[in-house]
Amino acid sequence: MWLPSYATPSERIMRTLVVAFAVSVLLFLIAPLFIIVPLSFSKDPFFTLPVREYSLRWYADFFGNARWMNAIANSAVAAVMTTILATTLGTLAALGISRPDFPARRLIMALLISPMIVPIVIVAVGSYLFFGQFGLTNTRTGLVLAHTALATPFVVITVTATLSTYETNLTRAALSLGAPPSAAFFRVTLPNILPGVISGAIFAFATSFDEVVVALFMTAAEQRTLPVQMFSGIRDQINPTIMAAATLLLALSIILFAMLALLTRRRVK
Amino acid sequence: MTVAEIDRVNIFMAVRRAERPARRAALSLALPLIVFLVVAFVAPILYLLVTAVGNPETREVLPRTLEALQNWDGASTPDEPVYAALAADLKVAKDNSTAALLGKRLNYEISGMRSRVLATARMVEKLDTGPYKEKFLALNQDWGSPETWAIIKRNGGSLTPYYMLTALDLKQAPNGSVERVQGDQAIFLDVLGRTLFVAGLVTLFTLILGYPVAYVLTIAPKAIAGIMMLMVLLPLWTSLLVRTTAWVVLLQSDGIINDVLMALHLTGERVQLIFTRVGTVIAMTHIQLPFTILPIYSVMRSIPTTQLRAARSLGAPPSSAFWRIYAPQTLPGVVAGCLMTFILSLGYYITPALVGGPRDQMVSNFISTYINRDLNWGLAAGLGVVLLVVTLAIYLLFLRLVGADKIKLG
Repeated sequence: MWLPSYATPSERIMRTLVVAFAVSVLLFLIAPLFIIVPLSFSKDPFFTLPVREYSLRWYADFFGNARWMNAIANSAVAAVMTTILATTLGTLAALGISRPDFPARRLIMALLISPMIVPIVIVAVGSYLFFGQFGLTNTRTGLVLAHTALATPFVVITVTATLSTYETNLTRAALSLGAPPSAAFFRVTLPNILPGVISGAIFAFATSFDEVVVALFMTAAEQRTLPVQMFSGIRDQINPTIMAAATLLLALSIILFAMLALLTRRRVK
Repeated sequence: MTVAEIDRVNIFMAVRRAERPARRAALSLALPLIVFLVVAFVAPILYLLVTAVGNPETREVLPRTLEALQNWDGASTPDEPVYAALAADLKVAKDNSTAALLGKRLNYEISGMRSRVLATARMVEKLDTGPYKEKFLALNQDWGSPETWAIIKRNGGSLTPYYMLTALDLKQAPNGSVERVQGDQAIFLDVLGRTLFVAGLVTLFTLILGYPVAYVLTIAPKAIAGIMMLMVLLPLWTSLLVRTTAWVVLLQSDGIINDVLMALHLTGERVQLIFTRVGTVIAMTHIQLPFTILPIYSVMRSIPTTQLRAARSLGAPPSSAFWRIYAPQTLPGVVAGCLMTFILSLGYYITPALVGGPRDQMVSNFISTYINRDLNWGLAAGLGVVLLVVTLAIYLLFLRLVGADKIKLG
């Protein structure tokens, strides 16, 4: 399988084994995700397959419950605010870092990436204690600030990657032809790096929408987000309504992922 | 220096000066984010560090007592003025309801101190005049113990090593010397060791499972490789909570994995998988796999296939062509992927909380417990510092070996 012509028989066997192993690992990667989908459509409240009878009762439960609806709204608002803030800050920073004159690049890059590295509980507890001093725990503002810090590395990375293939002479040409810097940015640079910026924004949105631990510390019942609601539910007693919520989150991830894939493909062309 | 050298230095300086506006312009673009991160990310972490050594309780509640203790010899039972000062402090504490705070703090180092402080505060409320010493000793004879007073005096400082020492299973004896905590009090090194062990195990498993996947991704025809890549990236994109939820469901005793094991007659009875170490490691391995695969894949893709062909044509058997030519070149990817997975595994919270049992909780889970259940912020912060130091040490290794600009997203 997928071997050059000079391969020996034992090599062929070996290769087949390796490919079979890799395929089973890939199945191990993907199967657990899709197990939750049929379970969420089951009429029975158990988590066994095959499903005996399909129904939408858990979705009816989910959409009919004010707590879940409130949680979705909270997540959406926090994620949109985080996306706007993180995309703006991250894109600006990436524009600076990508310039050849940027000082202490390695050091500053290490700082900007560090929110991806620091254990999430440390960020959560630190934010809880620190923002508490200013009355920002159990507020949406506090949650958005912490989420933005977590989301900016993704924007910095995607926009920096796009800028590495961007022809800076285009901006220079615009400037030399008399465009004011803002026009040069909005009409020349930004349209060219837009796929990277949008990718970063999608990452930022997903980071905030899916985040549990910081939200667990920074929110009270009123600002409770969808993942926090799910987490508490699983901790209490896992029930099929959570499967419906998980399936919807999975669907959202697939949509965001597809958007991202389309953007990258356009960029490669 | 010769004239030529001086000229060279001057030119160098002039060039640096000429470049300065451009450097400033570049920096000013990144400045909003740098400032934002300092305020919203670095400051909270620094605050956590301060909380780990902060010691406000005794200083704030017992200012008079601490002053009276200045002249105490440290070995005998203190004299009346110390008790009078304590009575005055506790009266104020009772009015401000800060006695409980002090009791809780001293209770960490002297067991039974919480109730002793509260009972004493209730007693002094009813007393108008001294002498206090006998009444204190009558209420609780431990008020006469020099050890109690040594610990109170020690906590008069604005900083304390207590939480950091506790997080490392150490304690300070009343005489100030540091010793190891004995018996069932010593839990934190065990938790740290467990965290490192689980992270190491997960890293090893993702490498064993991920390396062949990365390899097959490089040799598969383009269309098939595309689909395979999708199967690696989609889980990475799915919320960590959704993936953990899937494992909670799969690992149930009456769940799907047990159904399959029973149907295949691999086990006679249902196996406990949820709330176990095995379940935790399986779920974490699943979640971390893409993080290990992607860096290995990106290095493998850059290795020319002609090299393996050359090795073979020069007579190397397939195995030595692989192990001596191919594998060493993939090492940078292996290092990057494994370090990334190890760093991220150290900080796991959600998965051990939902899939693990009480014996599988990691440092993160203990930090959360001390904040939420025990309200012992200092100890939570102390454990946080330990976790942060270990993580940053490995992050520095990562920066040295791999570099921050090598982090890519899919």
